[in-house]
Amino acid sequence: MLAVVDWHVVWVRIAHPDHVFFLALTRTVYVAVIAQVIGVLLGVAAALMRMSKAAPMRLISGIYVWIFRGTPLLVQIFFVYYGANELLGFTLIPNSLGLGFFSLDGAIVGGILALGINEGAYMREIVRAGIDSIDKGQMEAAKSLGMRYGLAMRRIVLPQAARVIIPPLGNEFNNMLKNTSLLFAIGVYEMFADAEIGYSNSFQPVEYFLGVAFWYLVLTTVWTFIQAAIERKLAASERGEELSFFERVQAVWNPVSAWRSAR
Amino acid sequence: MTDVVMRAEEVHKRFGRLEVLKGVSLDVRQRETVCIIGPSGSGKTTFIRCINHLEKVDGGRITVNGQLIGYRQKGDKLVEDSEKSIARQRTQIGMVFQRFNLFPHKTALENVIEAPIQVLGQSKEQATAEGIRLLTRVGLADKTDTYPGKLSGGQQQRVAIARSLAMKPALILFDEPTSALDPEVTGEVLSVMEELAHEGMTMIVVTHEMGFAREAADRVVMMDEGVIIEEGTPEHFFQAPEQERTKQFLSKIL
Repeated sequence: MLAVVDWHVVWVRIAHPDHVFFLALTRTVYVAVIAQVIGVLLGVAAALMRMSKAAPMRLISGIYVWIFRGTPLLVQIFFVYYGANELLGFTLIPNSLGLGFFSLDGAIVGGILALGINEGAYMREIVRAGIDSIDKGQMEAAKSLGMRYGLAMRRIVLPQAARVIIPPLGNEFNNMLKNTSLLFAIGVYEMFADAEIGYSNSFQPVEYFLGVAFWYLVLTTVWTFIQAAIERKLAASERGEELSFFERVQAVWNPVSAWRSAR
Repeated sequence: MTDVVMRAEEVHKRFGRLEVLKGVSLDVRQRETVCIIGPSGSGKTTFIRCINHLEKVDGGRITVNGQLIGYRQKGDKLVEDSEKSIARQRTQIGMVFQRFNLFPHKTALENVIEAPIQVLGQSKEQATAEGIRLLTRVGLADKTDTYPGKLSGGQQQRVAIARSLAMKPALILFDEPTSALDPEVTGEVLSVMEELAHEGMTMIVVTHEMGFAREAADRVVMMDEGVIIEEGTPEHFFQAPEQERTKQFLSKIL
């Protein structure tokens, strides 16, 4: 069985990716990063709206989460890319978006927006839990010093909530890296599209999909390490003992933590 | 009576069906230190939280330096003031909390200079110079770059006092400032407060520390069940309290 697999192709896909694949990988990364940033911003906005005194704000936030967590991401991607312009009556998603020295294809813009809006709905709960975890006395102390709500949120509450938010946010970004593969369906040439096209030309599914799975694993693993570094930096001023970088990696990187906990 | 800093007139406060304040009236004059004592549930903490509008009052009025706190007169009714002007009023009223409420993500110095920079618009240099001076004054010159998590309770509370002094308030409210502290460190906080009182800071202190009251208070106010039942000098309370309720209470805490 294994003999059927052309291991040389697998090796090339893993160790000698071509230029086109490298561009696709880059696209996967920046789409995920931008979409995650949009998701965090929307999540913070929706969380603050959810905690607002104004009932309409809470309602909007509720409807947003209800819809975007209750429908498939793939449907949302198609809807935003193909339907948003028509629904809104103006061009939200251009055919191509010029950004000075480089330009983004409309499918990429639509895809980023869809992923970002979807992510915002998940981030809202994470952000809200983070804010809720901060002692009420912090807001009171800030207010007693004459700070207004917005300033107190920005300077006092949110920076503390960030520490609580960062670990689940890291998991969200891990998902985001993988969810970008759905954009293949609207014609974004990202990593999975590259593999799919390679497969349909060669009919070598194992070689191409194993190759791309490897690279997704590289991205998510690199991210695990970056996340560990970020959490370590955030923990610097926290009370209690400080974990070294390697201790944190051990804690977050599954093969190591699983190995260690078995003993 | 132009030197009245804080005036409370018939202040009422309800939490749901429970009436916590049933008409509290109190004047606090400039340079005066007033201690509020009373059993838990008597409304003393709620009362001082009303003074900087952390709690809304349901009836009566509170003024600080002649300014109505938290409300605006509209015809013959009071309506809640805008968030902006409430925030501005709070800059004149310092508050020290039972649980310190320092900002854990900021160093001692950053805690002190945060509001002067962000709220009063002071330059960083100016705020820092003043912040170091204040931390020195509370005996923490060597802790400016330390995070609250690495400070003892007594040190944290002294940072909190410096933080509220940095706003140059007309009045500082202390909400049981030593109740969360280990007995061996209450002294260092109380002596800072005594110094402040002797230097003429206007202070309202909710406390059970009768030693502090004797040392620093100009007046002691006894609250019970949402009203002030007795008021007088510390000596009066030590020697000849009139109310049976006061005698009982003092016999428990002294």
